Amino acid sequence: MIVITDNELETHRIIASVEDDAAGAIDVFIGTVRNKTSDKTVTRLEYESYDTMAIREIQKIVDTAITKWPIKKVTVHHRKGILKIGDAAVVIAVSTPHRKESFEACQFIIDNLKKTVPIWKKEVFDDGEIWASSHP
Amino acid sequence: MKLTIIAYGIARDILGSNSIEYEIEDSVSHENLLENLKKTYPDFNKLTSLMIAINSEYAKKGQMISENDEVVLIPPVSGG
Repeated sequence: MIVITDNELETHRIIASVEDDAAGAIDVFIGTVRNKTSDKTVTRLEYESYDTMAIREIQKIVDTAITKWPIKKVTVHHRKGILKIGDAAVVIAVSTPHRKESFEACQFIIDNLKKTVPIWKKEVFDDGEIWASSHP
Repeated sequence: MKLTIIAYGIARDILGSNSIEYEIEDSVSHENLLENLKKTYPDFNKLTSLMIAINSEYAKKGQMISENDEVVLIPPVSGG
């Protein structure tokens, strides 16, 4: 299940959504808002998303992961809007029969999400703001 | 033809709007459109990358754009 939402991410419910009797492992990745970028103090992050395409692109990544590992269930939730330090921006949960596959599949999904999914992060500092990764 | 171009993130800041009406020749590839946009808005040249999505998919090499397509500018993504 793939969700992009303005609401706070409910990690426990996301984990529960991938529980499966045939799974011996659930791996969870939680991306959280850090208080610094390089040496600048971050006050908040603002995420925005091109929702219809973002969901499609996440689905493609999930579909590829399903061909590579024996995934029982997978859920990806991404937050948008204004996030404060410590908030979860993304939660990915994957269940598989054995642990190795769940680690690998979860890492594959977050690594590719960062490359292709049309979601943008603005970092707001005390003295300005910047769209992450926008300039070389 | 007149295209509606939607922009997110820093591309929206460069356009100064969520969406613009952009006049361009009738038969145009997304590569041509990008070249034109970079001339109209030189700040696009400073970005690490700039891609076009047509109807919620990344444009493929040589893909042509029609008047009713949903055309969206995709600056460097930074989700996660």
